[in-house]
Amino acid sequence: MQVALFITCYNDTLFPETGKAVVRVLERLGHTVVFPAGQTCCGQMHYNTGYQAEAMPLLERFVAQFKGSEAVVVPSSSCVAMMRDHYPKMAAHIGNADLTREVEALLPNVYEFSEFLTKRLGLEDVGAFYPHRVTYHASCHGLRNLGLGDGPLKLLKAVRGIDLVELQGLEECCGFGGTFAVKNAEVSSAMLADKTRAVLNTRAEACTACDNSCLMHIQGSLHRQRTGVHTVHLAEILASEAGGAA
Amino acid sequence: MSGVALDPKTAPTFPMAAKVLVGDTQMRKNVRHATDIIQAKRARVVGEMPDWQELRETGRRVREHTMKFLDVYLEEFERKCTAAGGVVHWAKDADEARQIVIGLVKASGSHEVIKIKSMTTEEIQLNKALEGAGITPYETDLAELIIQLGGDQPSHIVVPALHKNRQQIREIFKREMNLPNLGDTPQDLADAARLFLRKKFLTVKTGVSGANFLIAETGGVCVVESEGNGRMCLTLPETLITIAGIDKVVPRLADLEVLLQLLPRSATGERMNPYNSIWNGVDPRGVDGPKAFHIVLMDNARTKVLEDSEGRQTLNCIRCGACQNACPVYRQTGGHAYGSVYAGPIGAILTPQLQEMHYAQTLPYASSLCGACYEVCPVKINIPEVLVHLRNRVVEQKGFFDPEAAAMKTVGMIFRSERRFRAAQRFGRMAETPLVDKDGWIGWLPGLLGGWTQVRDLREMPKETFRDWWEKRGGAS
Ligand code: SF4
Repeated sequence: MQVALFITCYNDTLFPETGKAVVRVLERLGHTVVFPAGQTCCGQMHYNTGYQAEAMPLLERFVAQFKGSEAVVVPSSSCVAMMRDHYPKMAAHIGNADLTREVEALLPNVYEFSEFLTKRLGLEDVGAFYPHRVTYHASCHGLRNLGLGDGPLKLLKAVRGIDLVELQGLEECCGFGGTFAVKNAEVSSAMLADKTRAVLNTRAEACTACDNSCLMHIQGSLHRQRTGVHTVHLAEILASEAGGAA
Repeated sequence: MSGVALDPKTAPTFPMAAKVLVGDTQMRKNVRHATDIIQAKRARVVGEMPDWQELRETGRRVREHTMKFLDVYLEEFERKCTAAGGVVHWAKDADEARQIVIGLVKASGSHEVIKIKSMTTEEIQLNKALEGAGITPYETDLAELIIQLGGDQPSHIVVPALHKNRQQIREIFKREMNLPNLGDTPQDLADAARLFLRKKFLTVKTGVSGANFLIAETGGVCVVESEGNGRMCLTLPETLITIAGIDKVVPRLADLEVLLQLLPRSATGERMNPYNSIWNGVDPRGVDGPKAFHIVLMDNARTKVLEDSEGRQTLNCIRCGACQNACPVYRQTGGHAYGSVYAGPIGAILTPQLQEMHYAQTLPYASSLCGACYEVCPVKINIPEVLVHLRNRVVEQKGFFDPEAAAMKTVGMIFRSERRFRAAQRFGRMAETPLVDKDGWIGWLPGLLGGWTQVRDLREMPKETFRDWWEKRGGAS
């Protein structure tokens, strides 16, 4: 299958390794990856902070770049949630019938990365090898907006060599929330403190999730506390192979 | 925050209040402990309902339908309630509601009232107004009594004293009821309150209540509670005055079949409330209950909320408080940070709509949009959606020179062009260079972003973006 990759502005700039890992996994599974070069951002930060007008052109841009794709894969559940929950409404708001139709045609083919593997391809074992102790954090958008359920955990369980440990309060928000972390820094920090305590209690070497946004936040605190525990996007675990580069 | 009325007009912004409250470890412990217990109970009794999701959906539809035809049902309620011997009063705002209640209490010939727990009376700060008019209100709900005696403010819509633990309550009772030898078991505290209240029940001639539901079909008023003190207030006084927001109406008695399953399970994790009272006007024989029944139907900005197609769903709320218990932000700060008697997620969307937005501007941002509130709401109010909608209204009120708005517009402009985006990526790498330590981490950021580096480090930006790598690799393989 030809898979179009929407890397997200965040991953493109700050976490290119995640994108590379997605490409590696998909190619290993025999798919062709394309990367529409004009893509930038889904508009989530603007939309969620109350700058709806600024998000509108980004919706149009996304549709122009990806329309007609057989499948679009996004390694970020919050960006996919943004699209599924808000794009139809935004398109209706713009009042352009063509755009509305294109959004409706496109959305069913847009997948969060783990969702693409488990739901569209029906896979759990993608042939990965990752001999480390890992705990999984269910990011809010993946858990509640996308209903990923235990899909990501199933993928992780199938990884060879992995020692998967359960995170206490795995469904609790880590406190990132985009601009929330800055606007309500104290509350965000208190939530983060609970989350990192739970991560440390697992004695895992790494914490993984389907969103680099949560992970950047968690990693920021783990590093500040000099814990030596690191974070890694799910795609990077799934891309690792015995004797491989990752 | 004891003693200071929660009023969005005077309250500090949410982040400022939260900063103080996050430092109150005892309060946070109390809130966490209490919400953990209620959430576990809720999960248990909700889990035993195979049709919970269908019930939620039905609850949502009942509420939505009611709001659509609110005028019809209110008129029907007025007709039926009047026919049953009740007197209906309409209040357009808090001030009018207070004046009506004060007038009615005075006309009843009483200088004291016993009160059933009611968030609507908290919303309009009725107790203060009554005291100002020389009338002494006595709260009879155990939690409200604790709040009143402690000179405190409610921090939760169902469990107003949730931020206090048993020791703190004992101290308040010892001091205010003059009981130096009071024990500290729950039984001791309940006994003390019971003795204190019994005198009031038997002597005070006027009662004031809120309402959980108004039933249009029958003109009845429904109050649910756990302690039975409310029922005393409903039956013993000679005059009963009920005050309710106009959003409290439901079309038919049969609708309670749905709502009275959703409410107690969501609120306190009970299958049903121990006390469910429905009363219709007055007893025509004059034998049972109050001789006079008045109901004040208060708008207080609710029709304004109704006009807004996106914010409207806020009025579907049945005040169960489940969203508060589930909210990670509320659980860290407790209720007082919200500067209003409505705290937590529902407070964050209700208060800015009931009050003018500029009094409660920061509340729509008091959420990480994690969606836990939406997940538990028994009538499926999409709270995150309303929060974002209200954020738009906050942004609309921002001036042209607001630094955040300027930054957001600039970033928006950058995202509208691949070329500009790539330039910004390069610029970002350059600009951060002086802040990066030798191991590739940033521990301090200036300006608006400083909130980030208070407790977190930031990894330096990678040398190569994904798209650079992709191009070097030669595009599609
Ligand atoms: S918004 Fe929903 S969950 Fe929150 S108090 Fe109202 S009904 Fe309950």
